[in-house]
Amino acid sequence: MKRHRKRKLTVIIFIALGLSATVGLTLFALGQNMNMFYTPSQVALGEVGVGQRFRIGGMVKEGSFFSAPDSLKVKFETTDYVHAVPIEYEGILPDLFREGQGIVAEGSVDDKGVFSASRVLAKHDENYMSQEVKAALDAAGTDEAIQILQERSSK
Amino acid sequence: MIPELGQISLILALCLSILLSTLPIVGAAKDNFIWMNLARPLSAGIFVFLGLSLGILAHAFVTDDFSVQIVAAQSNSLLPMRYKLTALWGGHEGSFLLWTFMLAGWMLLVSIYSKSMPLQFVARVLGVLGILCVCYILFMLATSNPFARIVPLPPLDGSDLNTALQDFGFIVHPPTLYMGYVGFSVVFAFAIAALLSGKLDSAWARWSRPWANIAWAILTIGIALGSWWAYYELGWGGWWAWDPVENPPLITWLFGTALIHSLAVTEKRGVFKSWTVLLAILAFAGSLLGTFITRSGLLTSVHAFASDPTRGVFILGILGLTVGGALLLYAIRAPLMKSELGFTLVSREIFLLVNNVLLVVSAASIFLGTLFPMVYQALTDDLISIGPPYFNAIFVPLMIILFVFLGIGPISRWKRTSTEYLVKQVSKIAVASLFIGLVLPLLVLLEFSVAATVCVILASWIVLTMFKDLRNKVANKSLLWIGLRSLPRSYYGMLLAHIGVAVMLIGVGLTTYFSSERSVLLGPGEEVELGSYAFMFNGHEEIRGPNYIGERANISVTKNDSDLGTLFPERRIYLATGTPSTEMAIDAGFLRDLFITLGEEKEGGSWSMTVYVKPFVRWIWLGAIFMALGGSIAAVDKRYRVLRRRKPEKKKKEASEVALQPAS
Repeated sequence: MKRHRKRKLTVIIFIALGLSATVGLTLFALGQNMNMFYTPSQVALGEVGVGQRFRIGGMVKEGSFFSAPDSLKVKFETTDYVHAVPIEYEGILPDLFREGQGIVAEGSVDDKGVFSASRVLAKHDENYMSQEVKAALDAAGTDEAIQILQERSSK
Repeated sequence: MIPELGQISLILALCLSILLSTLPIVGAAKDNFIWMNLARPLSAGIFVFLGLSLGILAHAFVTDDFSVQIVAAQSNSLLPMRYKLTALWGGHEGSFLLWTFMLAGWMLLVSIYSKSMPLQFVARVLGVLGILCVCYILFMLATSNPFARIVPLPPLDGSDLNTALQDFGFIVHPPTLYMGYVGFSVVFAFAIAALLSGKLDSAWARWSRPWANIAWAILTIGIALGSWWAYYELGWGGWWAWDPVENPPLITWLFGTALIHSLAVTEKRGVFKSWTVLLAILAFAGSLLGTFITRSGLLTSVHAFASDPTRGVFILGILGLTVGGALLLYAIRAPLMKSELGFTLVSREIFLLVNNVLLVVSAASIFLGTLFPMVYQALTDDLISIGPPYFNAIFVPLMIILFVFLGIGPISRWKRTSTEYLVKQVSKIAVASLFIGLVLPLLVLLEFSVAATVCVILASWIVLTMFKDLRNKVANKSLLWIGLRSLPRSYYGMLLAHIGVAVMLIGVGLTTYFSSERSVLLGPGEEVELGSYAFMFNGHEEIRGPNYIGERANISVTKNDSDLGTLFPERRIYLATGTPSTEMAIDAGFLRDLFITLGEEKEGGSWSMTVYVKPFVRWIWLGAIFMALGGSIAAVDKRYRVLRRRKPEKKKKEASEVALQPAS
């Protein structure tokens, strides 16, 4: 091989190595930091392992909200109108959190099936339903869920 | 009747854009001067008609014309006037009209400040921008007409502007961001025009540079404003969340940053041509991608507009057409872009290449993380989200390496730098930076912290190398002042922007690692301590604003028994929609922010609230201001104005021209 070709080859090998290292590390990092999303029915039926971090999305069940009088602890249930999952959270809830509103919570579930949330998200636009909540209601497919979906999309 | 005039005006702008996108480009190919000369008046015409259109829409908002769909959806008769006017960009249709108007504004600027460029080139640049204009206006007319009416029964009142948007940040952030975003279209058009002409020389790079710098500076400010707004409005004290809609501006900004550095090499040394062109295309693609993600509703985020799949498809079409076309042209013209490689392994060219690689890799990995959930869903039907840890794990190490090279780059020389020279230049600085980084945080914090040490080392490294370089530059002048005067503005711009990086680095690092917060339940007269600060809750009162009612808490802050004043966080209910909204109270300071958000009232008159202490958080935006100022100062460097000045100074003969020649 001629000298300049050899040099070119070295450069190409270095670029290829660097590129594959970057892509490999990136994919590894992606896999490490991926939060799966589950619907309340999937969680209630025990499809998620205890302690695994994930996102849950659904509507806040009417009449389920409880706020401790002497601390920042709150409890409520999130539902896709088939199953409901109890959620515990300590902190200040987002402005748009209320019963009958779609929310997404991040955290993990314990052996009693209670979801303890480290973060609760509610959307800033009332007419706008997050993709996760929509998917949960879609998957549930009950009349009530479909009705709510239609109400929101017709606005 | 008036809104229909707006639509007619929009259609007229479309007609002019169609002319602009064809005649001047064809004219440039056929050397038809009449057609080429149409470019400037057509651009001015598009600006006028889009301006008229925007003005008419603003009129509909100001006069509460709720028969116009978006006025009914985004405004309300109770809304204060400043929000009525800006509610225009509170939704998809109006903000897209603003976006397009911004493009027309840039086109007008290009047609005014292009007297020094050959007509053929200007015709092509404006022609390419005309093509974009056609796409955008067609998109509006086809999928999102801002002037659509509600017939036959318009509502009596509008359903109000989203309460989270009723804020000063909303007045300034979107227009600035759009202005910066769209500015990269200009640089893109310059690159395409150069590809069309087949002449990719340093003249092209010199013409592009001020535009790229200005667009970059405005985008910097736009992103910083968004970060600042999120910080004080969203209520959790965060200034960056790696939200899918925050990321595209950052991706564009990173490409843009790579671009302004690469343009420097192309202008000064005539190398990296094809790379520079590619970056111009990528930066533009980044800006379109941002539009696509925000408006297609494919990703969940706080920014998402109500979604409509046809819009997504349309924007994807525009993206494919423009970027695909550009890349095709790029491939065809690639053989023309050969540059004689005249530099060695240790040279400023190489260091700037490292800068570019790092910036592009970080942009690409953010891109991957942003779109990954979408791809994953398409492949497996499962919904996932990618959290901030991914982005931090990739972005932070890359930036640390970048900052190390940032110190070396400016000190090194073009073409070839001897390693001994570099070592001699920076070794003392490296030791000094290590010393400062190890000692300063210890003295302040009284404990060792890796994060603070790394931040301070890198920041002092950047600042010290910049001053060392400045000293090198003025060393051979007899007087310091003469030396300082002799340096071009672009050099000072570079210094300022790089020092801005150091300032932002300190802000980001120290805020991230040393912020503290506490969520508590306080009754009247109770106190909470956080660090050396004490927050005393004195009670609350009812308040009434123009379109909201609410409660305001009164909290006095003390530090070591010295009074720091009183803060008034609020909780509002907006009347039109019944939406609650928290308004946090911030005591802003140069070295720290104190920050309180109000939760809700519980039994017995006690309130839940979160108090935060955020050290150095202002430095993040201060750094951005430095960077933007630096970019702007570099853009108004004398050498970019040489030829434009020639006309009025003709009488003074050549003497003055010689004096104005670029120094390099």
